[in-house]
Amino acid sequence: MRCVSWARHAFNGRDWLAKERVWSLMGFACKVPSEPGWWENAVTFRLEGRGLGCERDDRWLFANLDLAVGPGEMLRVEGPNGSGKTTLLKILSGQLSEHDGELLWSGKPMRRNRTAFLANLLYLGHAPGVKSALSPLENLAWYQALNGEHGSEASRMAALDEIGLYGFEDVPVAQLSAGQQRRVALARMLLSPRPLWVLDEPFTAIDRQGVAALETRLQTHVARGGSVILTTHHELTPLPALRRVSLGVS
Amino acid sequence: MQVVEPKTGLAVAVKATVKRDLTLLLRRRGEVLNPLVFFALVITLFPLGISPDTDLLAEIAPGLLWVAALLATQLSLDVLFRGDFDDGSLEQLLLAPQPLPALVLSKVLVHWLLTGLPLAVMAPLLGVMLALPAGSYAVLAVSLALGSASLSLIGAIGAALTVGLARGGVLLSLLVLPLYIPVLIFGAGAVQVAVLGGNAAPHLALLGALLALALMLAPWAIAAALRISING
Repeated sequence: MRCVSWARHAFNGRDWLAKERVWSLMGFACKVPSEPGWWENAVTFRLEGRGLGCERDDRWLFANLDLAVGPGEMLRVEGPNGSGKTTLLKILSGQLSEHDGELLWSGKPMRRNRTAFLANLLYLGHAPGVKSALSPLENLAWYQALNGEHGSEASRMAALDEIGLYGFEDVPVAQLSAGQQRRVALARMLLSPRPLWVLDEPFTAIDRQGVAALETRLQTHVARGGSVILTTHHELTPLPALRRVSLGVS
Repeated sequence: MQVVEPKTGLAVAVKATVKRDLTLLLRRRGEVLNPLVFFALVITLFPLGISPDTDLLAEIAPGLLWVAALLATQLSLDVLFRGDFDDGSLEQLLLAPQPLPALVLSKVLVHWLLTGLPLAVMAPLLGVMLALPAGSYAVLAVSLALGSASLSLIGAIGAALTVGLARGGVLLSLLVLPLYIPVLIFGAGAVQVAVLGGNAAPHLALLGALLALALMLAPWAIAAALRISING
């Protein structure tokens, strides 16, 4: 019975031709992994930084920093202004190459599987990355296309409605308020499913209801098995999945 | 949550980038018109400043038209990546799961479509003011169309290198002008030969070769330069 259910799992899994499993199918005694969901191991992710360090203007922002984020985890980077939070986030999103230590994506060095990493990353920086001469819909269409997806107008409308920009879909972004411009960038979270979110001060310029909704969204993402790395000065609801990294503390 | 496999869809991304940049520039027409107006003004002022003598003007017309077109292109380069850098779109472009050289090439294509190509179309009209002989208009337009594409590609390398600097304009000129010289020599040479009634094909072929070389190397150089600028 155990063998039958195992065989079903083996064929559902991606690498069902792995040596042990074939042997076991042939009747050999073999170790059968027992924890639930083990066959999904091949398709989970993990961002890992080993011995990260960064020097700016002869001053070490941080050094020998080890951290890892996997599915269902939220990592909050803390520290006073100028302690290197944004720099760390830029390193973790693969934007800065001049740093100490190494980055691994799913166990492989980032340099070698950068495209695979980028396909899983959603990075929202200090600057919202939104073109002020374009409408929110046009901005989102470009971001969808960058992923190689056509996307549909309906999906973009739905994302903008959900983020609280109903009725502003076709207004040039320049005419929106700072908080609304921020929301255009945040709408990208709803459009393409990316497991890893790297967010630099996502709560900036967002009103109180928006902050609550955004926090709920982050929690839902983590509960679904995504992961979030963020910096914020906003007090987050303490969750078991929330971990902290403090910078600038000697 | 499952890992997302990188999709290909490069054609979609390139098409959307071209469309986005075209829309952006057509909504900010001032930026597009600036180099064209500069080109027209410079060429209009020369006959007034030098002499209305048609023989003299016809002799210096090829060089004048080419130098003015080159400076007009130079004038438009600074804004190529500046806007994207300021609003954070550039870092998003660099984080797209697509080959960066292809994406920057589509940005340069839009720059050429709205700067180099209009300059090439305008040049014969301005050539009339400089009493350019009738047979050389086609060569002028073709040489400018080919040459300005090389200028856009080479200039974009400089623009990418200086985008992180607060006042990169002067540095950009110093970096890029030496690389423009071969294009200027063969471009103006082609028109000169056509004015004298010779065969301009060898010069145009060399311009084409320069363009092929720039197309082959510049996208990678631009991508690398952008990564350096973002690192700074």
